Amino acid sequence: MTTTVTPPETPPAKAQKRSRLPKSARAGGTLHGGPIAYTILVLFTIGSLFPLVWTAIAASRDNQRLAQTPPPFWFGSNLFKNLEIAWKDANLGEAFLNTTIVAGISAVTIVTLSTIAGFAFAKLRFKGRNALMLIVIGTMMVPPQLSVIPLYMMVAKLDWTDQLQAVIFPSLVSAFGVFFMRQYLIQALPDEIIEAARVDGASSWRVVWHVVFPAARPAMAVLGMLMFVQTWNDFLWPFLVLTQTGNPTVQVAVAGLGRGYTPDQSLIMAGALLGTLPLLLVFAIFGKQIVGGIMQGAVKG
Amino acid sequence: MATRHDTAALPSKGGAAPGRPPGGSAKDQDERRRARLSRRWQRDMRWSPYAFVAPFFLLFLAFGLFPLIYTGWASLHQVELTAPTDMNWVGLRNYTRIFDDDFFWNAAKNTLTIGIISTVPQLLMAMGIAHILNYKLRASTFYRVAMLAPYATSIAAASLVFVLLFGRDYGMINWALDFVGIDPVDWQGEKWPSQIAVSTIIIWRWTGYNALIYLAAMQAIPQDLYESAALDGASRWQQFLHVTLPSLRPTILFTAVVSTIGASQVFGEPLLFDANKGASGGAEHQFQTLGLYLYEQGWVNQHLGRASAIAWTMFLILIVIGIINYVISRRLRASS
Repeated sequence: MTTTVTPPETPPAKAQKRSRLPKSARAGGTLHGGPIAYTILVLFTIGSLFPLVWTAIAASRDNQRLAQTPPPFWFGSNLFKNLEIAWKDANLGEAFLNTTIVAGISAVTIVTLSTIAGFAFAKLRFKGRNALMLIVIGTMMVPPQLSVIPLYMMVAKLDWTDQLQAVIFPSLVSAFGVFFMRQYLIQALPDEIIEAARVDGASSWRVVWHVVFPAARPAMAVLGMLMFVQTWNDFLWPFLVLTQTGNPTVQVAVAGLGRGYTPDQSLIMAGALLGTLPLLLVFAIFGKQIVGGIMQGAVKG
Repeated sequence: MATRHDTAALPSKGGAAPGRPPGGSAKDQDERRRARLSRRWQRDMRWSPYAFVAPFFLLFLAFGLFPLIYTGWASLHQVELTAPTDMNWVGLRNYTRIFDDDFFWNAAKNTLTIGIISTVPQLLMAMGIAHILNYKLRASTFYRVAMLAPYATSIAAASLVFVLLFGRDYGMINWALDFVGIDPVDWQGEKWPSQIAVSTIIIWRWTGYNALIYLAAMQAIPQDLYESAALDGASRWQQFLHVTLPSLRPTILFTAVVSTIGASQVFGEPLLFDANKGASGGAEHQFQTLGLYLYEQGWVNQHLGRASAIAWTMFLILIVIGIINYVISRRLRASS
């Protein structure tokens, strides 16, 4: 979906009668935000961050304190104790390792396959290209959740319950990735470079390796991060085939903590905090790039 | 759809291995080598595009299309979770069973209402925030990254935190309401409060993300459109109505479709919001969604066949949404 720009509709007639040039002539992106804009933004930012900060506050208290009014607004002294217990109770060490493996394999595979397929759709001519691209776009509209039952039957048949490959394989399908890379490569990869490589006698695979991958690197990094986040946060499917005590991902472990028999809310919050921290760190470090990537994908997407 | 950039003419086969008139025998050999190279070249040009897109489509067939179709097949069978490979043909009985089940219709209604409560305010707020972010601002990157933090938070962690925040007796939200003189609300037990609470989790996680998507689209609007509107005397609000909104229509439609699909699949939030830790979405199924109902039928009541029928019903609903979307976007394109 391209953001096509439509011509503006004619403004109301009574506005046209006015001849003086209003202050809003410098409108749109060049206008500076006023105090109201900043107030709304700050409130929204607080709303976005507060639940996360409060997770840490709750994790630093104990169960009794959380069962009192008013709720705590500042940190207590139990943070590290709770984190340690939650780490052990929820099997979080194993969960982190598992999730890193799953999300890592998934992100790398999706990025590689999407770049190659996206290149073919963007720059190569072949019969059925448009029809196949339509299928890719149509695929994006079908949520993977609707396929869990046969996948579950497959996993049961293969005896893959509690094994990571049960989560990895279905996560490798990403129509979004193909679409994202196609949109990027259409603009970022000039036809002349491909032609020059062809004239030098490079085969298609060499073109992919020596021309496409280098040109696609920024988009590959963004797609990789997006896919890593998505797989890291995947919930339903891992929840169905992995168990907290067996071979959990972080989400399964954290959900297990919440749905288990731990009556201690501060421990549950400690687990939730631990499960969220790694990605928050990634966002804190690469935030600018991730924001840029999402916005880029949006305009072209 | 996207701007078309047709590939420039690819070099003909002669480009790499130019044909030459036949000459002596040494040249003959050379000629054959070139012909072989040229054949390989042609094969490469012809088939490698398919090789490039094949991995995606193979994975999609195996883990996307096949399971989707097989769900339809399984929905015509009795399949139990305890023996997922034993299938007994029952025709449409799974469908008649779920259509006779009040909880199915309850879940369908809840999915619709939670979908509306979560999507509409979310997109409206995202639009407003994007509009503000489109001004010149200090520390604009900070706001953008901060509002993405909920997107980085998992469903599991977010739901568990909001369970506490929405706690009836000791939750922060009831405390704040009490502060302004409103009686405590039973965010778990009552129907509308519980649906609002579940929707809040969804709104919290996705508003910032959608705001960035709108912002990106706003920044792509050419500046001179605003300038000429301003010269015509349009106020800021009129500019927003007559320049920004029309330009954003495709993006709005896109986010609406994506959010609708997401809303039809809501599962983790109501599952984890339930204090009783069941899959019924509250004691009276007051916030059970179709996704949760599917899980309850398949993995709690252990009827995978019936769960498949639910999945296929959801699939058909999505197809209807897809058709509506197609019609609307065609109208939009025709009108613009």
